[in-house]
Amino acid sequence: MNFSRYKREISVLIAYIVLLATVGVIAPSFFSAGNLRDLAMNNAAVLIVAVGMTLVILAGEIDISVGSQFAVCTLATGWLAKAGIPILVVLPLVIVAGALMGAVAGVFIARLRLPSIVVTLALMVAWRDGLRWITEGEWVQNLPANFQWFGLGQTVGQLLIVLVAIVLLIAFAWMLRHLNAGRAVYAVGSNAEAARLSGVEPQRILFGIFAMMGALVGLAAALNAVRFSIVPSNAGFGLELKAIAAVVVGGTAITGGRGRILGTLIGVALLGTIGTALTFAGVNPFWEKAIQGMIILVAVGSDAVLVHLATVPNLRFRKLQIEN
Amino acid sequence: MTSPALLSASNISKSYAGVHALRDVSFELRAGEVHALVGENGAGKTTLIKTITGAVVPDAGEIRINDQVVKDNSPGRSKLLGVAAIYQEPTLFPELTVAENMALESEQRSLWRSVDWNERRRRAAALLEQVGGRFDVERDAGSLTMPEQQLMEIARAVGADARILIMDEPTASLSDEETQNLYRVIKDLRERGTGVIYISHRLEELPVIADRVTVLRDGAVVGTYSMDEMDPGQLIRLMVGRELSAVFPKREVAAGEIVLELQNFSNRANGVTGINLAIRAGEIVGLAGLVGAGRTELARTILGLDEADAGEMWLRGKRVHVQSPGQAIELGISYLPEDRRHHGVILDMSISANITLASLRNLSRLGRFDFSREREIASEYVRRFSIKTPAVFNRVSTLSGGNQQKVALSRWLAVKPSVLILDEPTQGVDVGAKAEIHAAMSELAAQGMAILMISSDMPEVLGMSDRIAVMRGGTIVRELNRAEANQQKILELALGHDAQG
Repeated sequence: MNFSRYKREISVLIAYIVLLATVGVIAPSFFSAGNLRDLAMNNAAVLIVAVGMTLVILAGEIDISVGSQFAVCTLATGWLAKAGIPILVVLPLVIVAGALMGAVAGVFIARLRLPSIVVTLALMVAWRDGLRWITEGEWVQNLPANFQWFGLGQTVGQLLIVLVAIVLLIAFAWMLRHLNAGRAVYAVGSNAEAARLSGVEPQRILFGIFAMMGALVGLAAALNAVRFSIVPSNAGFGLELKAIAAVVVGGTAITGGRGRILGTLIGVALLGTIGTALTFAGVNPFWEKAIQGMIILVAVGSDAVLVHLATVPNLRFRKLQIEN
Repeated sequence: MTSPALLSASNISKSYAGVHALRDVSFELRAGEVHALVGENGAGKTTLIKTITGAVVPDAGEIRINDQVVKDNSPGRSKLLGVAAIYQEPTLFPELTVAENMALESEQRSLWRSVDWNERRRRAAALLEQVGGRFDVERDAGSLTMPEQQLMEIARAVGADARILIMDEPTASLSDEETQNLYRVIKDLRERGTGVIYISHRLEELPVIADRVTVLRDGAVVGTYSMDEMDPGQLIRLMVGRELSAVFPKREVAAGEIVLELQNFSNRANGVTGINLAIRAGEIVGLAGLVGAGRTELARTILGLDEADAGEMWLRGKRVHVQSPGQAIELGISYLPEDRRHHGVILDMSISANITLASLRNLSRLGRFDFSREREIASEYVRRFSIKTPAVFNRVSTLSGGNQQKVALSRWLAVKPSVLILDEPTQGVDVGAKAEIHAAMSELAAQGMAILMISSDMPEVLGMSDRIAVMRGGTIVRELNRAEANQQKILELALGHDAQG
C-alpha cells in the first residue's frame, strides 16, 4: 500500500477524526442513532451530486448549475407523482430529465468549446428563474400517499437512500480507477492535447461527463424529494457550492487531473457534519459558514504549497536539458 | 532490394495565416528502414510528422499507409493504422503515473473495457527496462527529470508496437549511454520491419542509425538521399543552400562606446552559463543558435525575468543587478518577446493602449491620465511604422501579424531605451512588414541604440548584424564578425560541427 498517494485523504480524515473525537468528549449525544441518521439523510443527496462533481472537476471543468438542475428535478418529481405516475416510473424519468439538462451544458462546453464556468453560470440562472416563472413560487402539495419514502415506510426508505448513495460511490470510484472511460477523464483533465494525440476524444468525454452529472443530480433530487410530503420550489439552493467545496477539500485539484472519489466522501462528511458538530459542542451556529470557508482555504492552500514543492526539482532539471 | 512503402505522403501543403509551413512535400517510408528528416529551425519537420499522425490537417495532398489512402486522419485513426510518435514538446500527463502515461498511448481499447493495473505496471516496467530507464513506474510523470521524461516517451512509443514509429529529437536530453541503448532498440525494431522516421539536430547520429535522409528547407523537400553517400558537412550545405535573395537595409554605423557588457554572466536555473558579450552604441549584434541553445533564456536573464546568479552585467560603465523587468525598463533595456500573441501584444486592447503600456508613468500628471498625449504618441508610431489601421483606438486583434509586431515594437521604443533586445522580431511576419521592421532597426542603430537580435532566420542574422554571437548549450561558443560569417559557419557552430566541418 502506497500511503504517500493517499496523503491528502489521510490528512483530511485525521482532521475529521479529531473533530469527531472532540465533539464526542464535549457532547456524547452527537453520536446518538437519531442524530447520525439525520446527518446521513441530509448529506446523501450532496454526496451523490459531489460524486458527479468530482468527475467534472477531474476533467478540468466546473458545473455551477447543479443546484438549479436539482430544483427542476425536485419539482419534476412532485409533478409527475401528482399526475398519478407510479414512483418507480417517475425515478427514471427524472434521471433522464437531469441528463438532458446536463447534455445542454455538454453541447455548449464540448461541442462549442465555451468555458464551463460561463455556460453553467448562464444555465444556473436560466433553470432557476425559468422554474420561478412557471411555478410562481408555489410548492407541490397533496401528493399521493405512497409518494413519501416510496410508500415503503421511513426506516426502509432511509436505508434505501443511503444504500443507493453508497453503491453509487463505490461504482464510480471503481469506474474511475478501473475503466478506460474513467482513466480518460483523468487524461483529459491532465493534458487535453496529449489526450487527443493519444487517440482519446476529449469532446466526447466532456459531453459524457456533463450528461452524467445531470443524471446524478436527477437521481439525488428524486431521492431527496421523497423524504417529505410536500415538494418545495426552491430546492437545491447553494448545492453547487457544497458539492464543489467537498470535492476540493477532498483533495481533487481544481485544475483537473488529480483526485479521487474517496477524498470526496471524506470532504462531504467533514463539511456536512461540521455545522451540527459545532452546535453540539456549544459553538454559535452562525460560525458554521465561516469555519467551512476556513477549511476550504486551508485545504487549497496546502495544495499550493505542495505544488510549489513539486515544481522546484523541475527547475533544477531544466538546466540539464539545455546543457545537453 | 527496395522494400514496399509503409507510408507515403504526397504533395502535402500546409500554411498558417498565409505563411507556408509545408509546400508540396512528398515523403516515403519503407518497411524496415530508419529514415532521417533534417532541416533548420522552422524547415517544416514537425509540421510534416504532425500531418502523418493526424494532429495537423494538411491543406492539400494525401497520406497513404499500407497503400491505402488515409481519409479524415486524426491521432486516434493513425494510431489504429499503426503510427506512434514521440513529439518534440512533451505530451505527457503530469498528474498521472508513468505506467498510466504509457498505457494511455499503447492500449487501444474501448472506453468501457476495464483496466488491468498489474499488467500495466508489468508492461511499463518491461518497456522502460528495454530502453534503459531506471525509475519507478508508480511515480507521477510530472516529477520526472527531462531525460527520464524522454525515456518514458520512447518506451511509450516502442510499446505501442507500431509499424510506423516517429521520433522527433528523441536524444535531445539523453546521456551517451542512454543514446547507445536507444540505437540498439531502434535496430531491433528495424529488423522486425518497423519503419522509423527519425528527426535529429545531432547530425553525427545519422550515419550510425539512418538508412536514408530527407532534407527539408523552408517547408519544401530539397531531396532524399541514401545515408551512405552523405556526411554531416554535405547535409549542412543542403540544409542551408539558400541564396541570400533579400536586400537588407543595413547601414554602416560607426560603433560608439560600450553600452551593455556581460562578464561571465550566468543563470544556473535556466542553463545560461559564462556569457561574455559587449554591445556598443549603434551596433546590431545577432544571436544565433538552435532552439533550446539558451538564447531566449539569456534575454530573460538580462531582463531580470530570471535572476542572474553569477557574473556581472555593466550598463554604460556602471555595474547593475536587474531583478525585475520593471527595473530593466527603468535602466533603459527593452525586450520584444518572441511569442507575439501571448507576450508581445495584448490583443483585446487598443493600439494606443498597447503602445503606451510600458511608458504609462510618463503619461499621467498628478495621478490624472493624459489621453490626448497617449493618442498623440500612438499616432506618431502608427505614422512612423505605417501601421495599417483606420484608427489608433482599434483593437490590436484586428491587425495583421506584421502590424501587430510593429505595435509591439512601438511600445518598447516609446520608453526610449538605450538597449533593445529583439527576440525573433520578424517570425511569422509578412515580407512587407519584415522589410519595415528591418529598416526601423537600422534607423534606431544609426541613432545610437545598442541592439541584440535573437533570430533563427539566417538571412536576417547575416543581413542585419554587425557581429554574430552563436550560442550552443547555454553559452556563446563563438563570435563572428560580419565579414567572416556565413550560413555554413553559423550552422556548424550551432550544431557543434565546427571541428569536422
